[in-house]
Formats: sequence, structure tokens, C-alpha cells
Amino acid sequence: MNHHDETLGRVLGPGGPELTCEQCFDELDRYVELTLAGEPADERIPGMRAHLEGCPACAEDFRSLRDLVGREGG
Amino acid sequence: MATALMTTPTEISWVDRLRAEGAEGQAAVAELHALLLKAARFEVGRRGAEVAHLRGGDGEDLAQQAADDALMAVLRKLDDFRGESRFTTWAYKFALLEAAVKVRRRAWQGREVPLEDEAWATLSAPDSAGRGAEEAELLAALREEIERALSPRQREVLVAVTLNGVPIDVLAERLGSTRGALYKTLHDARRKLREALAERGFRVEEGSEDR
Repeated sequence: MNHHDETLGRVLGPGGPELTCEQCFDELDRYVELTLAGEPADERIPGMRAHLEGCPACAEDFRSLRDLVGREGG
Repeated sequence: MATALMTTPTEISWVDRLRAEGAEGQAAVAELHALLLKAARFEVGRRGAEVAHLRGGDGEDLAQQAADDALMAVLRKLDDFRGESRFTTWAYKFALLEAAVKVRRRAWQGREVPLEDEAWATLSAPDSAGRGAEEAELLAALREEIERALSPRQREVLVAVTLNGVPIDVLAERLGSTRGALYKTLHDARRKLREALAERGFRVEEGSEDR
């Protein structure tokens, strides 16, 4: 992916249906545990992945919770 | 569904213990605060590099504030805990959020937030690596539609967050808004731009970024 593709991705976002930031926060703990358990988290919580692609702040929250819980043995 | 967790004694007992009167409740609150502080320190630690001037006790102060605020949020929202994850996972997210927002805001303290500026130029500047005529045309059209199709507020949020790299929580604080409200503005702006580009005959793929 070159610089302009990345710029386009950031500006235009993921497209398609996605959760809001509030819905994302509500579902974040369940999504993280499903992800760490190797479950199909994106099927269980539709719209989450698209939101995490579009919202850098929520994506950072996801990575932090995943890494913290994962470090403790998930 | 993780329904099995709903009857796990540990998860139920956390909520019951936090609601208990007297010494039992106080002990549970202290235990929860210790967990939240651990999560807040984890977040401050991984973000330390973002805040060059966050030294010595500053980071610990931020972690303590984040843990205190998260504790209040968790106790206020205890009824919302549905048992669909472990209680600790559910509680941690409040501490991580509080810590992340505090660190981002500290990192931008005293800095001007660029709302509209030369970032425009990056959308149409010549690319030394060389890009195709089609891509150049798309970027030029995008730049035009950012000017034409968006409201001033939508343009302000889109340019700050996606082109100037301003954290949405920092922008929310400056504009007296919230992450959720600004993200909705950003989402609406993106939809308008996609529609405008489609009307002009450009094909824009969905889901282009890996996280």
C-alpha cells in the first residue's frame, strides 16, 4: 500500500455499515475475548471490524485491551 | 454467545461484592481500584513515547487519575454489566479509555490543533514515486469534493482527524464535543465523499486498511 492509498483509506474510511463509537465501547470486552479465544468475532459482532478500521481511537482501545487481557492469559 | 459466563460465580460475586454494605463492599472497591490502576499504568506505559515531557511522577499521576475516574464510571455503570465477558475485561476497558484519553490530551497540551492547512497539498502534490493518471485524477476529485460537498464542520473534522492526525479525543475537547459525536460527523462526511466520487464515475473500494 503506497502513501496515497493510505491517505485515501484514512479519508474515505472503510465504507459499509459500522458500529458507532458508543456501540463499539459497549461490545469491546466481548469482542476482545472472542478474538483471543479464536472465535469468529466479526460474525458475532457485525460492524465492529469496519468501525475499528475507520476510527483510530477505538482501534487503539481495542489493541490495548486485547494486549492487556492477552498478557494475563486471555 | 458467551452465556456460560453469565452464571460464573466469580463474575456474579464481583457485582455482589461491590454492592455489599460495609467492610465487604469497601474491600471489593479497593480491589477493583487496584485492578484499574494496573490497567491504567499499562496504557500509560505503552504510550509513554508519545509524550516526551511525561516524566517522573507525571505518568503515575495520570494513571492514578485514570484509575479514579474509571472506578467512578464502573460503579456508575454496574447495572450495564451483562456478564458477556469476564468482569475484569469489562472493567479494564474503562481504565484503558480514561488513560488513553488523558495521555493524548497531555501530548497535545499547549499545541495548536491544525484544522485546515497544508494537508490539502498532500492530496494532490506530485508523487516522486510516480502514480498513475487515474489515481491522480481520483485524488484531485477528492480534494475538490472535500471543498464542495462537505459542510464547514464536516470539512474541519475530516481534515483534522484524517489528514492532520489530530486524535479525535483531543479535537473533541477543543470543540466542546465528544468522540462519538465527532465520529458521526466524520462518518457522514466520508459517506458524502464516497457518493460524490461515485457520481463522478470513480470506483472506491470498501475496507482498504488493515488494523
